[in-house]
Amino acid sequence: MRALVFSRRPGQLAAAAVAGRIRPGAGAGVGPIGLRDVDPPEPPTDEWLPFRPRLAGICGSDLATIDGRSSRYFEPIVSFPFTPGHEVVGDLPDGTRAVLVPVLHCEVRGVDPVCPSCASGAIHHCERIAFGHLEPGLQSGFTRETGGGWSAGMVVHPAQVVPVPDDLSDEAAVMVEPTACAVHAAQVVLGGAARDGGPIAVIGAGTLGLLTLAALRHAERGGDTDRLILTTAKHPEQRRLAGELGATRVVAPDELARAVRGVTGSLVLASDDATAGAAAGQLTGGFPTVVDCVGSEESIAQALRVVAPGGDVVLVGMPGPTHVDLTPLWHRETSLRGCYAYRRADFDTAIEVVRDLDLGRLVSATYPLDRHRDAIAHAAAAGARGAVKVAFDLRGERP
Amino acid sequence: MPRPGLVLDVDRSTPPILFHHGESFRLEKLPPGRSRIVYPAEPLAPLKDVAGAIDDALDHPLDSDPLSARLFPGMKLVIAFDDVSLPLPKMRRPDIRQRVIEAVLDRAAAAGVDDVRIIAALALHRRMTEAELRHAVGDRVYDAFAPEGRLYNHDAEDPDDLAFLGTTPHGEEVEINKRAAESDLLVYVNINIVSMDGGHKSTATGLASYRSIRHHHNPATMEHSRSFMDRHSSELHHANWRMGEVIRKAGVQVFQIETTLNTDTFGDTGPLSVLQKREWEWTTRDRVTFMGMKAGLDRMSASARRRIFQGWEAPYGVTSVTAGAVEPVHERTLEHCFAQHLVPVEGQTDVLTMGLPYICPYNVHSIMNPILVMCLGLGYFFNLYRGKPLVREGGVLILSHPTPWEFHPVHHPSYIDFFEEVLADTTDPKVMADTYEERYANDEWYRHLYRTSYAYHGVHPFYMWYWGAHALRHLGSVIIVGGDVKAVRRLGFRPASTLQDALEMATDTVGPQPTVTHLHNPPIVMADVT
Repeated sequence: MRALVFSRRPGQLAAAAVAGRIRPGAGAGVGPIGLRDVDPPEPPTDEWLPFRPRLAGICGSDLATIDGRSSRYFEPIVSFPFTPGHEVVGDLPDGTRAVLVPVLHCEVRGVDPVCPSCASGAIHHCERIAFGHLEPGLQSGFTRETGGGWSAGMVVHPAQVVPVPDDLSDEAAVMVEPTACAVHAAQVVLGGAARDGGPIAVIGAGTLGLLTLAALRHAERGGDTDRLILTTAKHPEQRRLAGELGATRVVAPDELARAVRGVTGSLVLASDDATAGAAAGQLTGGFPTVVDCVGSEESIAQALRVVAPGGDVVLVGMPGPTHVDLTPLWHRETSLRGCYAYRRADFDTAIEVVRDLDLGRLVSATYPLDRHRDAIAHAAAAGARGAVKVAFDLRGERP
Repeated sequence: MPRPGLVLDVDRSTPPILFHHGESFRLEKLPPGRSRIVYPAEPLAPLKDVAGAIDDALDHPLDSDPLSARLFPGMKLVIAFDDVSLPLPKMRRPDIRQRVIEAVLDRAAAAGVDDVRIIAALALHRRMTEAELRHAVGDRVYDAFAPEGRLYNHDAEDPDDLAFLGTTPHGEEVEINKRAAESDLLVYVNINIVSMDGGHKSTATGLASYRSIRHHHNPATMEHSRSFMDRHSSELHHANWRMGEVIRKAGVQVFQIETTLNTDTFGDTGPLSVLQKREWEWTTRDRVTFMGMKAGLDRMSASARRRIFQGWEAPYGVTSVTAGAVEPVHERTLEHCFAQHLVPVEGQTDVLTMGLPYICPYNVHSIMNPILVMCLGLGYFFNLYRGKPLVREGGVLILSHPTPWEFHPVHHPSYIDFFEEVLADTTDPKVMADTYEERYANDEWYRHLYRTSYAYHGVHPFYMWYWGAHALRHLGSVIIVGGDVKAVRRLGFRPASTLQDALEMATDTVGPQPTVTHLHNPPIVMADVT
């Protein structure tokens, strides 16, 4: 069968890092990823099942891997070579259409007794992701044993699949996994400083930003629907979608501080008049909650500038190695919290969100595996090209 | 003898016409047979003896005792003067304000008056810098008064220096500078560069607070000021006159000194002098100078061009100095203004074209941001009429200006937010007034910047937009030639690359073969439309 395979070749990875810095997504052309004929992965135990992907999305973390931007933090929790793809809708052997819950937690790894996190249902906090009978791997799509969604076939543990209701299209279903991330993010956000109301800023209107916005609105439907959610978006289509999905106001990234300042009536700490006038310094006040769905050095620094004293900065976008001045975090007692993946139950909510808001429309383009370079280039420039989610279409692949 | 203004009918022999275009220019052909150009009058002859005219005005005022007779030892004297927004461009030294203030101070000294304050009447404009104050009042006055804190900018947000004087029969609150209100005599030194300036507006607006100014700087008032250059048809002025009456009844003694300048804006020598000539009278030397200047400007960065133009000082001549009671003084002043500016024009036009220059009252030493482009075009220039607008109702206004999406962060912080927030939501003056004005006006940060930095008041961009309210209601469409496309669209206008494109686009609104009128301004010209 055919699969895109990512290998551990330091030379090519370095080339990908250089190319990716010049043009996002260019790592696909020079890096250690290629389309191969491979044997289908063997089920690690009898419980595991073959899984035939229909659609598999391209995620920001995939792009970071391909462009050599991923943190070395991941080295002990991935295993090479692997086939990427963790946003997957596919078919089980009995014909059941399902979405993948890619986290490789204790139950999936055959770890018994399960770790305290898994015992509490927090599978995304699993403390055994490099242990058990599987090779290290935080998720399917990052380990050599399970295969990944960018292929004609992979294997899944029964605890890793959620059946797809018949009324959801494949396009809608492939949005369920990233939406589950957003559902979890919304829970984290609304359980923090935003608990008692107050405005929220969402930085970024890529897939994660839009879905987080949608999940926040969905979580508060019938409740505090007047909550002000301010979203930054770079591109016109992102602006349009952010408005549709519930942003009270959408601003350009460089307008965020001024917008937050205006809403909150904050003052600005600045060492010169021009910086003060442009509200480019540290706000004295700010929003109680800022959700960073970008994860860049700039976005984190921006979040720290506009969050209120004692507020929350929630990192939903995956950051890499980053240099950020944490003095304001210390001085203003800001909480900086990561937000990764989901609990299994979040998939049920995610299906509701996808259905209610017709999120299948966010799948902007699909590509066959043959055109993986085009697909990755498109995904890497999605915003600028008016796209949101780009996915591989495996429905024509032979097993 | 200076030649009066004229209306030129465009025919095939008419050369390309100069359009100001920010810190550059365009030469444009207008459609022959259906276009006309309203040219300004040549600069009126200046007073030969300005010092003598000042003395005469102070010693023989209208409806008032001579200034010297109103000065006495132990009195509190306030001299207020128009701020950096006048004149435009700034005047070559000595500024007329300096000459008048020095004459007033000479009389005050002779009368034994030693409690004197000199206040820049800037209303909600930005504070003047030391250099700007020195330019306006002169080094001698500045050095004598500023170091001791006796020369300063009016602060419309200083609760300790504002006095509430009462309310007009229309419910308009009158609150002005406390020191001025409590003085024994307030001498106001004005420059009437256009007929909008002066009169009761000098004190009732220039020395007032937001609480007071909001009563006439609002969409309803501006829509009913037709035009605000014609004080007798201007609700803006009616409100200020009502407030002037409240000020008078409160016992504030005002000695008004108004001055007018001719339109000698670019001089008769040097590269800019060609801007003051009529195109068919350009000599070969003029053409070469113009083309060289334009080529040079086009090669410069925007900031370099801005520096050059903002450094220009006009060689205006003073055409009148009148002093005394506010109302008779102002009527006399208006006669001088209209003598310089008014040009009779018969009938309205389908399409009105304008080339907007690099400066307006609110970007001295600053950037002409898109909101100011709107204000200059739809506010000031559109309203340069008496009788009826130059363009018919439902007609098209075509402006030429680069309209950069660029703001001066020190001078215009609330403008940035207004552009990003308010105009992204609405261009309707009434809606923005109801939805946003109060928040901007009372924003503590804007207040802080207005009082301590050099920022316009938080509410000021709203006023700029309201200034165009009459035009917005009157016009069928607005097109900006050569502007930043995104900025033009944010203003709610249509962008065009060339004047020809704009004229073609205008036919969507006014039909084919429209009549076109070009307002050849600056130097300033005002149409007396019948």
